[in-house]
Amino acid sequence: MTVKTATGAAAPMPKTAGPAKRGFRAWLNKRMPVDKFLADQVTEYYAPKNFNFWYFFGSLALVVLVLQLVTGIYLTMFYKPGEATAFDSVQFIMREVDWGWLIRYLHTSGASFFFIVVYLHMFRAFLYGSYKPPRELLWLIGMLMYLALMAEAFMGYVLPWGNMSFWGAQVIVNLFGTIPGIGPDLVLWVRGDYGIADATLNRFFSLHVAAVPLALLGLVALHLVALHEVGSNNPDGIEIKEKVGADGRPLDGIPFHPYYTVKDFVGIGVFLVLLAIVVFFVPTFGGLFLEPPNWEPANPMSTPEHIAPVWYFTPFYAILRAVPDQRMGALLMLIALLAFLFVPWLDRSPVRSMRYRGWLSRGALAIFALSFIVLGYLGLQPAEGLYVVLARIFAALYFAFFFLMPLYTWLDPVKPVPERVVYHAH
Amino acid sequence: MADHAGVAGSDEVDLSRRKFLTRATIATGAVGAVFAAVPFIESWSPSERARAAGAPTELDISKLEAGQMAITVWRRSPIYVVRRTPDMVARIAGHDAELKDPNSDHSDQPPYAKNPLRSRSAEFLVLVGTCTHLGCLPKQRFAAGELYPSWPGGFFCPCHGSRFDLAGRVFEGSPASINLRVPPYSYPKEHLLLVGADEKGTAG
Repeated sequence: MTVKTATGAAAPMPKTAGPAKRGFRAWLNKRMPVDKFLADQVTEYYAPKNFNFWYFFGSLALVVLVLQLVTGIYLTMFYKPGEATAFDSVQFIMREVDWGWLIRYLHTSGASFFFIVVYLHMFRAFLYGSYKPPRELLWLIGMLMYLALMAEAFMGYVLPWGNMSFWGAQVIVNLFGTIPGIGPDLVLWVRGDYGIADATLNRFFSLHVAAVPLALLGLVALHLVALHEVGSNNPDGIEIKEKVGADGRPLDGIPFHPYYTVKDFVGIGVFLVLLAIVVFFVPTFGGLFLEPPNWEPANPMSTPEHIAPVWYFTPFYAILRAVPDQRMGALLMLIALLAFLFVPWLDRSPVRSMRYRGWLSRGALAIFALSFIVLGYLGLQPAEGLYVVLARIFAALYFAFFFLMPLYTWLDPVKPVPERVVYHAH
Repeated sequence: MADHAGVAGSDEVDLSRRKFLTRATIATGAVGAVFAAVPFIESWSPSERARAAGAPTELDISKLEAGQMAITVWRRSPIYVVRRTPDMVARIAGHDAELKDPNSDHSDQPPYAKNPLRSRSAEFLVLVGTCTHLGCLPKQRFAAGELYPSWPGGFFCPCHGSRFDLAGRVFEGSPASINLRVPPYSYPKEHLLLVGADEKGTAG
């Protein structure tokens, strides 16, 4: 059975329409609203019909989260936290546990893919103004997830207890020491010892495998609840809820299932192929996903010649190093992160999507994306000479994107936004 | 139960009383939560074992050659002990204008090391060998001109490029803001360096 929508597109009548009267399903639904939940959230959840490539990354983030949870649970079965055991147990996983290398490389590559997916997901929001009202809270929850993910990735990187684990932890934990007054005591408290030690490793393990993943899962739930309340934005930045048909359904909406479940599965397929290529052929990705000094056990008496975090932190690390003052550098790095939180209120453009914005907004976003990538590259290079000069220039551009946003989004001439989404049937 | 309906005014809700009780409950609960949080927060402090392992450490300095550096460990930090030659001591003077904190006013050292040489005696320099920027280990670059022609000799941090002179004082243009730390130390016997304890007692 199908219903005709006003656009003429045939949408299947949801199977769950009309409650079953008898049998197990009726018994179940009387006790738990399974069918109602599925209808509300999936089969009768209407998403804009003009989603494009950029709309793969939300569901992909969920897929990577599941990948990390499953591989993480398995790694925990073999990993032994502790100064004396951590490094050896990771080598044990790599060399002696059947398929241990695969599980670990899935987890380490998964971490990098997580950030690739999240950065593309965030870029999508900038591209189509997905943070603008009424989706500010959705954006804020997403940013909290990003911060939690950074904490998760940082602590995870410490666990193998290689030399880069140790010195990365040393550098990052010492950032707390730049807080005026309480800094040194705070650092001592975070480490639980006078240096990065057994105590630090064990608490990071606990946070990495229990506390932060639980927080992340809770935030995912909130993110989805908020998303399904306000509905997805789309490449045209038009509220599809404002144009509803006689049946009360958005004219430009299609049920999430089966239309987008099918689309997302294609994306997942391509994603898994790329993940497999990395895992099987270039698991260290030339030192970007796993850094060479981490094949040496942690040595508190020997700093690696060149300390750089994993690539997903390097834009912020470049900003930290661009300033010849530690407190100022740490503060700017913090601002660089927190600036994202204020975007919904900094953007004063009357339209959401870049499709209908002028060259000011588009140019600003392009420069920002370029700055982020260049800073990411500079964060991997030694902090000397031309690299520092470039880091300062691109850090200035990075901040200009946020702080000048009220100005250029206000000046920017916008094009008329169409009544309905732009859609070519295929 | 039915009797309750008969009590005069029992249907009336005393809202102000209810509000007061609600607020009092929340306040009591909040105080309880704060107290309950204390053990969890304090559990992160260094354990008794970690504190015991942070006891003062000794180093026999009689075998350290002039111009050389020995590294010992105290509280998980490397302690740099440099036996400076008269030439090295001479190279500490003359570049105060290039330093962020030449008189160690904002730096962290015991009173007996708050002097231009930042030590108890001109010969021995004792420093905590972790960069005051973000904790990497500065490397020894003691020879004059080793980094650049006017370099007076000192320490160079490979992580973020902080530079320090032969008294551990930080140069302008370094990300580190203060001089290398000097731990509390003393010489209980000749040729015996004790790091972590001085006349005032053991470091807290």
